[in-house]
Amino acid sequence: MILRRTLLAAAATALALTSGAFADGHEKLKVGFVYVGSIGDGGWTYEHNQSRLAVDEAFGDKVETIYQESVPEGADAERVMTQMALSGAKLIFTTSFGYMDPTINVAAKFPDVKFEHATGYKTADNVSTYSARFYEGRAVQGHIAGKMTKTNKIGYIASFPIPEVIRGINSAYLHAKRVNPDVEFNIIWAFTWEDPAKEADAAKTLIEQGADVILQHTDTTAPLTVAAENEGVIGFGQASDMAQFKDGPRVSSIIDNWAPYYIDRVKAVMDGTWETVQTWDGIDTGMVEIGEITDRIPADIKAEAEAMIEAMRTGAYHPFTGPINKQDGTPWLADGEVADDGTLAGMSFYIEGLTGDIPQ
Amino acid sequence: MDWAAINPAFYVASVMVAATPLLLAAIGELVVEKTGVLNLGVEGMMIIGAVCGFITAVETGSPSLGFVGGALGGAALSVVFAVLTQFFLTSQVPTGLALTLFGLGASAMVGQSYVGIVPPKMPQLMSGAQLNAFERIVLGHDAMLYIGLAIPVAVWAVLRFSRLGLILRAVGEDHNAAHALGYKVMWIRFGAIVFGGACAGLGGAYLSLVRVPQWTEGMTTGAGWIALALVVFASWRPLLIILGAYIFGGIAILQLNLQAAGSTIPVEYLSMSPYVITIFVLVLLSALHKYGISRAQAPAMLGRSFHASN
Repeated sequence: MILRRTLLAAAATALALTSGAFADGHEKLKVGFVYVGSIGDGGWTYEHNQSRLAVDEAFGDKVETIYQESVPEGADAERVMTQMALSGAKLIFTTSFGYMDPTINVAAKFPDVKFEHATGYKTADNVSTYSARFYEGRAVQGHIAGKMTKTNKIGYIASFPIPEVIRGINSAYLHAKRVNPDVEFNIIWAFTWEDPAKEADAAKTLIEQGADVILQHTDTTAPLTVAAENEGVIGFGQASDMAQFKDGPRVSSIIDNWAPYYIDRVKAVMDGTWETVQTWDGIDTGMVEIGEITDRIPADIKAEAEAMIEAMRTGAYHPFTGPINKQDGTPWLADGEVADDGTLAGMSFYIEGLTGDIPQ
Repeated sequence: MDWAAINPAFYVASVMVAATPLLLAAIGELVVEKTGVLNLGVEGMMIIGAVCGFITAVETGSPSLGFVGGALGGAALSVVFAVLTQFFLTSQVPTGLALTLFGLGASAMVGQSYVGIVPPKMPQLMSGAQLNAFERIVLGHDAMLYIGLAIPVAVWAVLRFSRLGLILRAVGEDHNAAHALGYKVMWIRFGAIVFGGACAGLGGAYLSLVRVPQWTEGMTTGAGWIALALVVFASWRPLLIILGAYIFGGIAILQLNLQAAGSTIPVEYLSMSPYVITIFVLVLLSALHKYGISRAQAPAMLGRSFHASN
């Protein structure tokens, strides 16, 4: 009995000592990441994971990062986030649009834990949102696609009908149409972020129906693999550079670089300066990078695309600059008018010229 | 919408490619179930087949060896199931589920360094843009697709006409009687399970070597479960497996074609239609059975363990 009490006391002392040590600033900050796909998808989740590794690199043993892959967007996500919070994570990045409500729900239960939700629009005292202006990259893709297509048909593999995806379609179409009035967009909604077989089938279908440029808003390299098998078809890396297709169909890419933001936010939690923000950065801060435009693109088109990138970097050009009408012909932006972030963030309509309906 | 945009020859050719992984996995599972074993690990064996086939093809540079690798990988995983269920008499349902989970995890680990690699291309009998409709549909494929079509026919012939088929069916319909006749129930089932694993592995390899072709974690995305449903859909008749797989593949490709051509039919209806058809067929089959129009097709011993002491 006595022995046991002594042991307990010793344990308590040890505990006090260690927690004392923690308070001295040796405490490891535990940071959680919730991924929608696998870290080997070569696209969206791959880049988030690369940025997680950058956090590890930047803070060394002051930080411990944990992650969970392939978490479904729904009730399961709440379970995963709760688990992370219970296991001591003080900052949790939830990296897909569909985690929006789960993040808000779990955040309400853990007021001491900070949450960062990617691409959503709901915030709370301990929930920030962050996203990148991918539509800037889409503008470049649209320009190249419009110039390069010979069939005037551009295939677009869309994932879910959410504002981020719709913005991308509108931006790409706007800039393709501007340089090629005959251009036509064929859009397939895959209703998945990561399903290589379905993405490959979608790309195949679009090519069979005459598209010679494939744009994708899904996460894997499967569409590029299919494009590589069809001579004369080009595509773009999505979310990641997908550089392994540089010798083949990939002519450029949109790269999501989350590392600076993640490092920034981890530091803010360490310093106690974290507060709710709604970050939406683009080419200007480097959150959106445009991957190398390959030699498959003629020099003049490449120069135009690079000029556009530069204009967006300096803020001289906004991809959504009027005049732009909505699909039904009603005016949206007057001549010279620039879209406001609120409308862009909740964009749920096609612009004039696109055919078909957005699935509900 | 623009119907002219859909080229029927391209469409049928794509359906054949999309249906082949399902067909291969389903015909293997059919044989397994015919001997009275329910292996829910098809998804796991497929993904192991996908990764093993991919790695073999990349390392050897030969897609044909890739398929051998895929079949061996699927078969190896099924041996685990066979040993557990036949010798240790574990319950088949949880063992199969565990096999799926294990397969998904193990394949992700093994395949880590193979992400983003383009595998050697499986040669087609005829290829190119100038093929006419007949050539594209009948000749424009790789050898594995034709083998995939031949396997169900062979299985049908064996089950129906051969002594081996009779033994397999006997084990599945009444294992005690088969045992009493001197057949080694456990080993016959063992063999059937390994055949099923090899077929599932081939299906997975077809996915990673021909249909996509690349390796991505979890790339089967439920194809194994559809294969399981197909066996029931086909009411355990080998030739109906071909029909079922082509219906599933056909609708999956059709919905993409309709979308690309600007159809106004909501995507959701098209996406759910294969499953609605499955439920409809199941109801139809059980109704037919109830009114005595067709006999029960499920093997009587399905899912039941056998031990000689029973």
